[in-house]
Amino acid sequence: MPRKVGRTRDRVLGASSVVVYGFLYLPILVIVGLSFNRVGQPTRWGGFSTQWYGELLRDTQLIDAFKNTLVVALVVTAISTVLGTLLAIGLERTVRSKVLDSALFLPAVVPDIVLAIGLLSFFTLVGATLGLRTIIAAHVVFDMIFVSAIVRTRLGHFDRSIEEAAQDLGATRLATYLRVTFPVILPGIVAGALVAFTISFDEFIIAYFTSGIAATFPIRVYSRIRFGQTPVINAVATVLLVVSFTMILIAARLNGRAARRALERAV
Amino acid sequence: MLFVVPAGLVLAYSFFRRSAIGGIDYSFTFDNYVRAVDPFVLKVMLFSLRTALLTTGIALLFGYAVAYFIATRPERYRLPLLVLIVLPFWTNLLIRTYAWILLLGNEGLINRSLRGVGLVDGSLPLLNNEFAIVVGLLYAYLPLMILPLYASIERLGRPPREAAADLGAGPVAGFFRVTFPLTLPGIMAGCVFVFVPSLGNFIVPDLLGGGLQIMVGNLIQSQFFTARDWPFGAALAMFVITITLVLLLVQAWILNREKRYTARAA
Repeated sequence: MPRKVGRTRDRVLGASSVVVYGFLYLPILVIVGLSFNRVGQPTRWGGFSTQWYGELLRDTQLIDAFKNTLVVALVVTAISTVLGTLLAIGLERTVRSKVLDSALFLPAVVPDIVLAIGLLSFFTLVGATLGLRTIIAAHVVFDMIFVSAIVRTRLGHFDRSIEEAAQDLGATRLATYLRVTFPVILPGIVAGALVAFTISFDEFIIAYFTSGIAATFPIRVYSRIRFGQTPVINAVATVLLVVSFTMILIAARLNGRAARRALERAV
Repeated sequence: MLFVVPAGLVLAYSFFRRSAIGGIDYSFTFDNYVRAVDPFVLKVMLFSLRTALLTTGIALLFGYAVAYFIATRPERYRLPLLVLIVLPFWTNLLIRTYAWILLLGNEGLINRSLRGVGLVDGSLPLLNNEFAIVVGLLYAYLPLMILPLYASIERLGRPPREAAADLGAGPVAGFFRVTFPLTLPGIMAGCVFVFVPSLGNFIVPDLLGGGLQIMVGNLIQSQFFTARDWPFGAALAMFVITITLVLLLVQAWILNREKRYTARAA
C-alpha cells in the first residue's frame, strides 16, 4: 500500500477516534464538574463547593430510595449469581444447543420496554402485588443471563482433565465440584456477580414498570430530572458514576487476570 | 421459560379488549392492530424507524473508524482503548441522558460557549428535537457498535488487506472489496445491537425530545401508565418484537451464507 495513503487514512481514523472519545467523556466531565459548582446551574461557575453533596445526604426521599435500590441489588445479585452459575454449568456440560443459546440471549437483545411490559403483564396475571419483590424477580430474569454468559467464558477455558484426575484420585462428584471446578471458575462467578450488581443498581425501565408505588433510586432520579433540573442530581450522578466505574473495573481486572493466568498455564 | 412466558403474554394481550375501567376484557379481537394503522400512530412508528436508522448509520460510520483505529494500534494499547469505550456504557442511562440536557439546552454549555466566542447571537435549537434524540441514542449505544466491529476487524489482521494491495487494488477498492465484506458479520451485529434498543427506547426521547417528538417506546409507556390501555400497548410492543426478530433472522441468514461461502472456498 502506498505509504502516503496509509498516513492519510491513519490521520482520518485518528481524528474520528478523538471525536468519539471526546463525545463519550465530555458529558461525564461536565456532570462531575458541575456537581462541585456552588451555583448549581450550568450557566456559570460560582466557585468550588461540596454543598450539593451535603444536600444529597439530607434528602431523605433520595436516601430511602437509595436503601431500596441497595436491598434490591444485593438480593438480585445473590439469586442471579447462583442461578446464573448453575445455568452456565448446565448449558456447558449437558445440553449444548445452539437454539437454546440464542433463545437465552433474546432478553438481552429485545428492548427493555418489551421485557418490562411482559413481566408486568405476568405479575398482574398471577396476582402479585407490585413492589420491591416484583422488581427483584424481574431483575433476576435478565441478570441471570449476564452472569451465565460471563461464567461460561471461564468454563470454556476449563481443562476438564483436572476434574477427571480428581475423580481418579477418589474424589466424589460433589467433592470434585466443590474443590476443583468451583475454585477455578470462581473469578468468573465474582466478575458475574459484580456485573449483576451494577446492572440491577442502575436499571430503570424494568423497575419503573414493575415497581407499583415502591421507588428505587433510578426511579426517583428520573422524576427529579423530568420535573426540572436540580443541582443535587449532579452530585447523585457523580456518586453513581464512581460506584459503577469501580465495580466494572474490578470485574474487568478479575476476569482479565484470570484469563491471562489460564492462558499462561495453557502455554 | 422466564422470557417466553412474558413474551407470550404480550402477544396474547395484544388480542384482548380494554375494559371500561382500564382492566382487560379477555375476548379475542384484532382491533388493537387495526388501531395501529391510525395516521398518528403510523407517524410515530415512521419517526421511530427513521430516528433509529439515522442513529445506526452515524454509529456505523464513526464506530467503524474507531474500531479500525483501535485494531491497528500496537497490541498493548488495544485493551485500555477498548475499556475506555465501554466504561461510560456501564453507567446509568438516565444520568448519561441527563448530561446532554446540561450540554444542549438554550442555557446549556454548548450554546453559552458559542455565544461566548460570538459565533451565534441567540441560541441554536439543540434540545427538544430529533437532533437531541439522535445524540442521546448515539451516546447510549455507540459502544455496542464498536465492540463487534472491533472483534471482526481484529480477527482479520493485516494479510487480506496486504494481499489486495499486492494484487493492485487501490486502498479504496481494497477496503470495499476485501475488508468490508469480510467484516460484514461484525457490521450486522453492531447494527442490530444499536438499532433495536434505539427503536424501543423511551427515556431518551422523553428527556431530550421534550415530549414533542415521541417514539414508539413513549407510546407504549403511555398506554401502560396514563391511558391504561394495556392491549393496545401490547400490540405496539409486538411491532417492536417483530422488527427485532426479522433483523435477527436476516443476521443469521447472512452469517450462514458467509459460512457456506467460506466452506465452499476451502
